[in-house]
Amino acid sequence: MADTRSRWPPRWSQVLLWGMGLALVLALPSLVSPFRLNLLGRYLSLAIVALGIDLIWGYTGLLSLGQGIFFALGGYGAAMHLQLNCHSCSRAAGGLPEFFGLYGVQQLPWFWEPFHSPWFTLVAIWLAPALVAGLLGFLVFRNRIKGVYFSILTQAALLVFFNFFNGQQKLINGTNGLKTDLTRLLGMMVGSDAMQRNLFWLTALLALLTWLLCRRLVVGGRFGHALLAIRDDEARLRCLGYNPTPFKTMVFALAGGLAGISGALYTVQSGIVSPQFMAAPFSIEMVIWVAVGGRGTLWGAMAGALVINMAKSLVSEAWPQTWLFIQGGLFLLVVTTLQGGVVGWFQEGGPRRLLARLGWRTRLSTYPALELETGPEGED
Amino acid sequence: MTLLLESLFNGAAIGSVLLIAALGLAIVFGLMGVINLAHGELMMLGAYTTYVVQSFFKLPLLEPLFGGYIFVAVVVAFLVSGLVGLLLERSVIRRLYGRPLETLLATWGVSLILQQFVRTVPLAWSTGLWLAAMVALAGPLVGNRLWGLRQRPWLLRLGSWVVAAAVGVAAAGWIRGAMPKLARASARNVDVTAPRWLRGGLDLGDWTLPIPRLVIIGLTILAVVAVYWFLNRSLWGLRIRAVTQNRTMSDCLGIPTQTVDALTFGVGSGLAGVAGVAVSLLGSVGPNVGGDYIVGCFMVVVLGGVGNLWGAVVASAGIGVLTDVIGAGRLLEVWPQMPARLQQGVEFFATTSMARVLVFALIVLVLQVRPAGLFPQRGRMAEV
Repeated sequence: MADTRSRWPPRWSQVLLWGMGLALVLALPSLVSPFRLNLLGRYLSLAIVALGIDLIWGYTGLLSLGQGIFFALGGYGAAMHLQLNCHSCSRAAGGLPEFFGLYGVQQLPWFWEPFHSPWFTLVAIWLAPALVAGLLGFLVFRNRIKGVYFSILTQAALLVFFNFFNGQQKLINGTNGLKTDLTRLLGMMVGSDAMQRNLFWLTALLALLTWLLCRRLVVGGRFGHALLAIRDDEARLRCLGYNPTPFKTMVFALAGGLAGISGALYTVQSGIVSPQFMAAPFSIEMVIWVAVGGRGTLWGAMAGALVINMAKSLVSEAWPQTWLFIQGGLFLLVVTTLQGGVVGWFQEGGPRRLLARLGWRTRLSTYPALELETGPEGED
Repeated sequence: MTLLLESLFNGAAIGSVLLIAALGLAIVFGLMGVINLAHGELMMLGAYTTYVVQSFFKLPLLEPLFGGYIFVAVVVAFLVSGLVGLLLERSVIRRLYGRPLETLLATWGVSLILQQFVRTVPLAWSTGLWLAAMVALAGPLVGNRLWGLRQRPWLLRLGSWVVAAAVGVAAAGWIRGAMPKLARASARNVDVTAPRWLRGGLDLGDWTLPIPRLVIIGLTILAVVAVYWFLNRSLWGLRIRAVTQNRTMSDCLGIPTQTVDALTFGVGSGLAGVAGVAVSLLGSVGPNVGGDYIVGCFMVVVLGGVGNLWGAVVASAGIGVLTDVIGAGRLLEVWPQMPARLQQGVEFFATTSMARVLVFALIVLVLQVRPAGLFPQRGRMAEV
């Protein structure tokens, strides 16, 4: 594998690229309308959950159809804290959030109590999903359940959580979900334009940080090599004396934590968290972002989440009937012809092959064997 | 005693819907190893077919036979979903054998397309399209018997396409005129009118059995027997089993494995259509009706043991009875003096959605103990 660790001092072209990116993020709020900025911020937070899916699917070969669980858990954590600390909201008896009054609940359920504390909440929105994912993953991986059985089990788990959250009015307001846009955070209304702008910047920062973290972990490190080995030949890894279970559990928990962060950011920007976050179609949609962007390439997955969601909102505004056709077509396209996703297609020399097919042959400038050295996992 | 019988009947009612829905999946997933997430949408097509057939039987000409339309619907639904499944296998699934995760994503894409298809295309045109496809498939079979056509295959092919297109357009146009309800596309749910003998219940003293449930149980038993006969007693069933056990060897012995694949998938999809007829008797029919069943179906197949018909039967019966026992809080009726704490727990789970939560959680636990399902296949497979 090529050495992809960042070098110092960086090349001037890289400095320029990062500078332009930073300037773009800082300038965006004054360039686009608050509505668009809000959408962009939401999609940027979805890029973080895509990052997690890329870790477990693109690098480890575990296709989870249940990332919605962890996404929603993070969202609920954030929403519970905001609901509890909203001093200007209307209140039910005993100072409880308003919806408790509708169901005649007098006492705050026990698991709400710690969410009074902002520090606890900040930890819980990623730790709780990670723990749930770790437990679920450990139970499944210990029995060497893998492949499609793992996918089906995660979907069943998703259904369990969905039904639970949907049915429990008295604990977490059931189908209606928890609203956050009228609550206050640090003295500002969460739904206001200024707060949304700050949240956009926060999302961009977190997206960058999580990307750097994942890159550090999987590219060139021992952990990353173990993940790739699990994906490519788990039986051989086992024979070499490694136990894949802890690695799988760890990476699944990591992806769960990322989904939690993503869900929390998404919730505060969309203004509500509801059991719909755990609807089965949404979790499968997450997989297609990664597949189209390019599994096994971290920034490809993030870009996929951003671009597809933007395309979705633009297409649905113009021709509401067609989006599902396009989405279904994307699934078929990625699976049948574009297996590495768009980024993978470029990395594998797709443009050159396309030109060759159109009759525009270009000469290879390198010795063909050298091409084999950089696999699809090379990130540069 | 009555309680036990009631619980058994309700369990059988829930389980039979699960089983008939899972039967096609048990074939496709169990024998071919293909994850078909579009299975629910094939059921949806079957349910819509019931609606269309029922609309035909409301025409003055067929009105006297209205009571029997359900039998016609079962056959037509099998053909509709089977045809769609056949096309799906030929065009997409075929390229993906041996890559189950990719199949899963591709069939999910197909399911989205099918959902949006019934929302945007009027039922009249879909019916015409289906008729055209049937004619185009049957055309060469009929035409081959005419000597003059047999000599000129290109004419035969062209002719059957032309005839098919003409039949399709004519049928769609006529349906638009005759049945205005089918002329416009809509995302709203439609309701199937059950014939009179299907409504109401069967009185058994102090307790009535709802007839639609009885019919579904009967249909399920019929379907299970038919599938058993097909797989174990018919020539093509023998070939299907042979290909499942050893594809290369079957190929060497002259079994057309590609035809077997297409046939297996077609039969599995057709069974989804039959399940759709059953589902249409239980509630209104909409584009999303399939999504409610798909995960339950997979649970039945995985719990029963992949590739095992009887496993699926036992698993669905078990899930059905458990759902009823938990969802209706039957433990309270049997044991009224249980401790208060336990009682709270039982009441907590005594709703439909919470019962589903507990049942799925139990299934996941059972799979911890028996990862290959209740009745695993014995073999020398190192990796499941």
